[in-house]
Amino acid sequence: MSITELRLDVAPLPYVMWKQTRAQLLNSLRIPAFSLTTVFLPIMFFAFFGLPYVHQTIDHTNITIGPYMMASFGAYAVSSAMVFNFGIGVAMARGQKMDLLQRATPLPSGVAIAATVVNAMLFALFSLIALFVFASIAGGIRLPIETWLTLTFRLLVGAVPLIGLGMAIGYAAGPNSAPAVTNLIYLPMSFASGLFIPVAQLPTIIQKVAPYLPTYHYGQIAWNAVGAPTESMESAVVWLTIWTVLLFGLAVRFIRLDQSRKFS
Amino acid sequence: MATPAVELVDVRKTFGHLEALRGVSLRIEQGEIVAILGPNGAGKTTCINLMLGLRRPTAGTARLFGLSPEDRRARSRCGVMLQESGLLGQLRVRELVDLFGSYYPHPMTPEKAIAIAGLQDQSKMQASKLSGGQRQRLYFALAVCGDPAAIFLDEPTVGMDVEARRAFLDVIREFAESGKTIVLTTHYLEEADELAERIVVFDQGRVIADASPSEIKSQVAGKRVSFATATPVQEAYLAGLNLVSMEREADRVRILTSTPEEVLWRLHQCGVEIHDLEVTGVNLEDAFVSLTSHRARMAT
Repeated sequence: MSITELRLDVAPLPYVMWKQTRAQLLNSLRIPAFSLTTVFLPIMFFAFFGLPYVHQTIDHTNITIGPYMMASFGAYAVSSAMVFNFGIGVAMARGQKMDLLQRATPLPSGVAIAATVVNAMLFALFSLIALFVFASIAGGIRLPIETWLTLTFRLLVGAVPLIGLGMAIGYAAGPNSAPAVTNLIYLPMSFASGLFIPVAQLPTIIQKVAPYLPTYHYGQIAWNAVGAPTESMESAVVWLTIWTVLLFGLAVRFIRLDQSRKFS
Repeated sequence: MATPAVELVDVRKTFGHLEALRGVSLRIEQGEIVAILGPNGAGKTTCINLMLGLRRPTAGTARLFGLSPEDRRARSRCGVMLQESGLLGQLRVRELVDLFGSYYPHPMTPEKAIAIAGLQDQSKMQASKLSGGQRQRLYFALAVCGDPAAIFLDEPTVGMDVEARRAFLDVIREFAESGKTIVLTTHYLEEADELAERIVVFDQGRVIADASPSEIKSQVAGKRVSFATATPVQEAYLAGLNLVSMEREADRVRILTSTPEEVLWRLHQCGVEIHDLEVTGVNLEDAFVSLTSHRARMAT
């Protein structure tokens, strides 16, 4: 049996990646409950918590509330796109046995995961742009162009550990429990990290817990971009790196467990 | 000799304490149309999963086109239809067929795959809105759209009504004429008989027969005796006779035996009143029952 006799070849990966990403994006866009919540929830929160006080400063500081809260809800928007996309999305796909047929096709599983990451990033970017446009029109927030870009870049790249969190939940939880588990972990965590109300205004006990949470340091790199940090960039990046390693370690464990149940 | 499409060598598979496959060796040449037949739990799905690398054998080896079944090059030559599997449900039929085609090096056009599956009228419908039969057709379109050398169909007509099944079998039969390798599992005997040129019968994790449909039928000499009666037929009446199986369904009794005359005489002696008697030669179903009847077989 020689290799030439087989004349095997495979589809080019970049093309497969493009098709898969496009298909997944189209599929998500057609679930309005999902795409609309991702985009409108952060805007709504900003309208409630930030807009009324947009030009005031946070008590005892000279930080303007508008850009600060916009950065907070930007962080909320991107991290929830990551956590929910992966947490609930992956759990649902597993529940519907979508992974089964995919596994039997020549589509490499790495490509499917990469396409999901790109999709989550695109959704995050949509929701960020929508939030920024709303904040600058309704709240009159004006920032230098570099600041808008730095904020966007940091929010997208800094969200990587939260992909790990989402994947860990998505592979550990069942399709019915995933929404509850995701909300139960993610909502208190983002609240305690000061994404809704500045950390300084939270109860003392929560202020003590906050510096250990991934979303707290994620918030810090965003607040840093609008000139309102309470932690140095270096420290935040180190913390985020540690969380990335931990959460992806956890995700890989759960993925292996799931795969070995199904495919060994 | 050409590389076989599938080669299983003394494959065993256990799930915990359950032995799903107990030493199966099977070679399927390219271009063969093979039906894997057996009752539920016989190991058919496990066997096809091992061929496709969806499961790994506990012992023994599985090769797909001479490669590891998990090799992307091997998978690029196979189209697959599984029993339970989900799709991106918001996508339309044509979009899904186009997507799956892109996984393969030399796909056919989506239109061609859709036409083969007979889904032209639904090509703009969302997958989640298809009926059960249409959904199976979509899975078939997804299996063939990459123009693979072999397709694997795991119980392709399960859950279809008689008419949909008939139409779907025609689709598969038409595709079979293209000279592709087809491996399908089924517990519908007529399906195996109609489609396949080779039938591999599984029972309790073993291959118990591997031959052409006509050879399988000839392995069981005998007749099927079928009649209606109001009198309960007790197994003791027929003790000592050569029975393959006996089934009762309402007032109808069906007996598979190599000695139909003796059976009828004995029934008459025991005072069983017989109506609507039919004595026919065995069909594939009878052969199948006979091959797998270890549980149903009468102890005597």
